[in-house]
Amino acid sequence: MWEYTDKVKDHFLHPRNVGEIEDADGTGEVGSLACGDALRFTFKLDADGRITDAKFKTFGCGSAIASASALTEMVMGKTLEEAAQITNQDIADFLGGLPREKMHCSVMGREALEAAIADYKGEAPPSVEGEIVCECFGVTDNEIVRAVRENNLKTVEDVTHFTKAGGGCEKCHGKIQEILDQILAECATEAPAAVATPVKPVKLSNIQKIKLIEETLEQEVRPSLRKDGGDIELVDVEGNLVLVRLQGVCSSCSAAQVTLKDYVEAKLRELVTPDLVVEEVAA
Amino acid sequence: MRDFSDLVYLDNNATTAVAPEVLEEMLPFLRDYYGNPSSMYDFAGVVGRKITEARERVAALLGARPDEIIFTSCGTESDNTAIRSALMSRPERTGVVTTRVEHPAVKNLCEHLASRGTPVHFLPVDSLGRLDLDQVAESFKAEPAVASIMWANNETGTVFPVEELAQMAHEAGALFHTDAVQCVGKIGMDMSTSAIDMLSLSGHKLHAPKGVGALYVRHGTRFSPFMIGGHQERGRRGGTENVASLVALGKACELAARNIALENGRVAALRDRLERGLLERIPQAKVNGDPEHRLPNTTSIAFEFIEGESILLMLNEHKICASSGSACTSGSLEPSHVLRAMGVPFTSAHGSVRFSLSVYNTERDIDLVIEKLPAIIARLRELSPFWPQDACKVVA
Repeated sequence: MWEYTDKVKDHFLHPRNVGEIEDADGTGEVGSLACGDALRFTFKLDADGRITDAKFKTFGCGSAIASASALTEMVMGKTLEEAAQITNQDIADFLGGLPREKMHCSVMGREALEAAIADYKGEAPPSVEGEIVCECFGVTDNEIVRAVRENNLKTVEDVTHFTKAGGGCEKCHGKIQEILDQILAECATEAPAAVATPVKPVKLSNIQKIKLIEETLEQEVRPSLRKDGGDIELVDVEGNLVLVRLQGVCSSCSAAQVTLKDYVEAKLRELVTPDLVVEEVAA
Repeated sequence: MRDFSDLVYLDNNATTAVAPEVLEEMLPFLRDYYGNPSSMYDFAGVVGRKITEARERVAALLGARPDEIIFTSCGTESDNTAIRSALMSRPERTGVVTTRVEHPAVKNLCEHLASRGTPVHFLPVDSLGRLDLDQVAESFKAEPAVASIMWANNETGTVFPVEELAQMAHEAGALFHTDAVQCVGKIGMDMSTSAIDMLSLSGHKLHAPKGVGALYVRHGTRFSPFMIGGHQERGRRGGTENVASLVALGKACELAARNIALENGRVAALRDRLERGLLERIPQAKVNGDPEHRLPNTTSIAFEFIEGESILLMLNEHKICASSGSACTSGSLEPSHVLRAMGVPFTSAHGSVRFSLSVYNTERDIDLVIEKLPAIIARLRELSPFWPQDACKVVA
């Protein structure tokens, strides 16, 4: 059973703004019956160019319906420029978070919004451009690149969770990995500030932070290090500086710094707080 | 823990409640009689004798000999043991014949074996989920070591003619294994007159707890163990016996033997009442599978233009438990491989819901679903961009 937040359940059981605006200024349609979810989003503008009404119809699971319902509330009263700033993460955050496997529902919301804005402007919806990578779900390289960049995705599984690409016959996994490798290589050469988008902007007390760091190391980091015969020990936490000691084969591994920064630090930033810095202390 | 006392549980193909008689029978072997049945004192002897009794009870339900029963940890282990054993012990033959609609315990194992070079033939099914016997015969020409074909499908309840298939396998020189996890206790069986060589069953589908199963292996069948260890199960499955659960499985089999008539009488009638009630009240809904040959407790109904997870979540609000062949509930992104193999169109595959009953269900359970579900379907169709507005009528 999925662990849905109360807000997701509320928006699923009592969806807001269901329906279709007949003389809509913009209509966006994404998804299909074959894919298992689809969304039709319509909006109406007032004289000042603000969204006065937005409605949706969704074919899909609980979180797809909740994401669309959330979207209609989020855009209300916004100008198109303001609405265009809404990301899939904003939709997920509005709902108090979505299970990672269900993030594609929030992406579908964002895509429908964009398609509707493009429709209003008389442009082609952005997501149809590009070359199809995933045949099962009709996902293009552009959509994948965008989801990877906006959500700081690292693995093929992540890409599937966010775009559904690769969730069917799995033949495109190699292609998705290539796209990931390319973006990760680009990110490595870019200024570090451009990389991490904060995932969980929560204020943590020091005790909460240390506890969460310990938990993350135990549940997320150690199992994969141990698989390779290594381990990691938490030495201290000073503000946002996390001091660790690498053990086992990790302590003598030439790639240890990469492991530390690209993996341990990335994991902690993702799951604890985005401003953490991980440093190694001598054994 | 939340209070689930007024639960309407219609997901018995997923798992079942432990029968009170079963729980009572097993508890002393968790609490008091903890001896290892292999040990040399009376305190262990009482345990050993109870395991013997459990084995006899399982054998009796299948019409088998006690020494043809190997206790395992679950249906999946039984399936893995059977198929791997057949391949290991018959190296002169090549590969496996199976179907596209098997449970993952067989399907994913066979796909794994195929990826390692074992020839595997996956037989297709028609739109009602039935096999074409000519295609089966054709597939046997490749001289497979074993055919593994389920007795009854877990998603649709469709029953395969396993006796006929087993005879065909024998004529072609192949062993025949069947995953009977869903039908033991629902379909009468007599291994003493059957051509079936190996049969898997699972405790938790027939009111025993999770974590126990059995594999029937016909006397004289070449066998290669999967779990290598101690001398337990006469060297055919190592590992200290899960005593309390084996006792439970024995008791559950004894109960099941008594309840087969009930399953095919009262339970089947409740299932039919549910199916009829829903089809009469909900437009554009149809039953998946073969109505002529299916389990008495199962119905899979496709509701067009909506998605299964949403239906289940709304049923959950009324404490009604069912399951779905939809993508979102399967942990993958594609709808059930069974429904896809049957060519069920996407318009209805995503919105298919399975209700599976047990002897503990009542008319009240069924009537609650008949009362609640039409409004849920109508509500979700209202939300669906594919549902034509004017068709959105619920027959009162």
